[in-house]
Amino acid sequence: MKKFLKSEGGQSFIASILCIILGLLIGYVVLMFIAPKGASTAIVTIIKNFFYYPSSVARMKYFGNTLVKTAPLLMCSLSILFAYKVGLFNIGASGQYTVGTCAALYLALGAGAPWWICVLAAMICGALLASISGVLKSYANVNEVISGIMLNWITLYAANMILTKVKESTSPYTYTLASTNPNGIIPGLGLGKLFSNNQYITLAVPLSILIAVGIWVLLEKTTFGYELRATGNNKNAAKYAGMNEKRNIIVTMMIAGALSGLGGAFLYLTGFEQWQCTQSSVPGMGFNGIAASFLGGLSPIGSIFSSYFIQHITAGGAYVDKSMYSAQISDLITAVIIYLCGFVGFLKLVLKKAAEKKEGGNK
Amino acid sequence: MILLLQYMIIFAAVLTLVAIGGCFSEHSGVINIGLEGIMVMGALGGALVMRFFPETGGKLPLILLTMVAAVVLGMIYSLLLAVACINFKADQTIVGTAMNMLGTAAATVIVKAMNTRINPDNVSSTIQYINPKKAFLVNLGGFEFNWFMLVTVILLACSYVLLYKTRLGLRLQACGEHPQAAASVGISVYKMRYIGVIISGFLGGLGGIVYITSGVSEWKFENGVAGFGFLAMAVMIFGQWKPHRIAVSALLFGLFRALSNVYMGFNFLATLNIPSGIYNMLPYIICLIVLAFTSKKSRAPKAEGIPYDKGMR
Repeated sequence: MKKFLKSEGGQSFIASILCIILGLLIGYVVLMFIAPKGASTAIVTIIKNFFYYPSSVARMKYFGNTLVKTAPLLMCSLSILFAYKVGLFNIGASGQYTVGTCAALYLALGAGAPWWICVLAAMICGALLASISGVLKSYANVNEVISGIMLNWITLYAANMILTKVKESTSPYTYTLASTNPNGIIPGLGLGKLFSNNQYITLAVPLSILIAVGIWVLLEKTTFGYELRATGNNKNAAKYAGMNEKRNIIVTMMIAGALSGLGGAFLYLTGFEQWQCTQSSVPGMGFNGIAASFLGGLSPIGSIFSSYFIQHITAGGAYVDKSMYSAQISDLITAVIIYLCGFVGFLKLVLKKAAEKKEGGNK
Repeated sequence: MILLLQYMIIFAAVLTLVAIGGCFSEHSGVINIGLEGIMVMGALGGALVMRFFPETGGKLPLILLTMVAAVVLGMIYSLLLAVACINFKADQTIVGTAMNMLGTAAATVIVKAMNTRINPDNVSSTIQYINPKKAFLVNLGGFEFNWFMLVTVILLACSYVLLYKTRLGLRLQACGEHPQAAASVGISVYKMRYIGVIISGFLGGLGGIVYITSGVSEWKFENGVAGFGFLAMAVMIFGQWKPHRIAVSALLFGLFRALSNVYMGFNFLATLNIPSGIYNMLPYIICLIVLAFTSKKSRAPKAEGIPYDKGMR
């Protein structure tokens, strides 16, 4: 136990659990303020998510739905943590996710392309968009946070314009993949059978976990990953050691962009949702990805669990009693959790001091 | 043409207020990414006052109360940034981002709860203020003068004087350039940074209410403020962290933002038949281009973004 407390991973774990508990507690207080009577039920509903359904068949099905949306969130959170290792804050993940969605859906619905082409296109477009931020950062000293936000809005309007060409004439939503181009759907390989025949469970779910493991290997076990982390720790030292920091920044942004772009394809190529062409705000997926990556202690493996958790409470928010509360209470809890993640550095310091003190006492 | 001018000035007013807010915070050494969230909170405060203020209450009290609500809420909300980044040395980017998300989420939750309580069928996050908004406008021969324009000019002048001509302003700037040196001559860095962040809350909150009353008579809080807080940061960088230059660059950005509202009124623009999406993108595209050319020789405060550590020299 002591060893666990002293280890880096153990401290991250404790810090994350504390953030979650505090976040839920603050959410509960807010619910109390809105309507004290139903607050306990509401917070339990959010935590229970699919356990809301009494039958195990329905539970498995909705568990599946949560997983379908976890895959894109995991991709966005990997994108953000990957960039963060190099000292870049990829707030543009939302835009990269949008451009990935746009490329994948347009090719699938407009050109009838098979799924794997759409997935590749999503990756490439995401990478290209992110490279704009990378180039601006390394050659023109433009803060990647500001350029990322600007690109988010530009791509949102662009995606709305492009996808209007493949939308239903009577609704603001794009055509369904199932009716237009079944080949555009990522294959399920029968995985849906495990989740009460949930047809939206596809290769995307296991693939996203594999990619998370791949990113971990890339960052921790390869020379390239070491170079990237060195650039993140000390830009000047890395430069002095002969690493090309400008190239590293751009390559990092491109990989991060490809990951977020893939996220867009992983959601919209399952047919789970259609893009709404009148959407007036940037998709929250990229921002929730920030929450997931910091909650996961900036580790790709941790991100798998934290992404699931964030998606779990976001989905749970949809079940709260709408006559009293709104589903956005989950967004509020997520935002509070990110805020608290800002204190993790301080908390780790306290834990470390406490552990050292204990050790000193034992001597 | 008058319409374009009117929108340009009011959007420029928003950008000026928020960018100067960011400028105070950064001069004290704290990067305020959370401006967007502060704007939402200020907007919420002001909109609630306008929504519930009795119609017989008179114009001046309404204007004053709306502004006070926006400013106070903005300042309180900015304390979230101050506490985390000054006392706990938290990562300013994460905290700012969290504040932006929290601002929109909290405003949506609050407004929806309020709307459903008044009318169980109303689950929207919209507040309407068609009538109260008229209190802010004076029609000057086709040009709708907004009292906020005057307020902005006054605050702009005050900010300039405060930042460059007073002891407080100079001390504040010292804390953003070299906090250890400032501390060595007896300036309290923590206090200065608190003042910087709270001023940014004041101006950001005010900017929020000006923004949501600028072109429309109702606001859907689910949308936050559509990246305006970040546009303001770009204006601040373009204005090289100086209030007078910020005002000039705000006019430029205001022009492009205004175009998306009124381009239909220009015959030559309407005949070009450019989709409205392009006009919506325009301010953001211009922003990127301008930043690409101006950021290289940026004069950002040297110590911004770095938590103050007493032990460091």
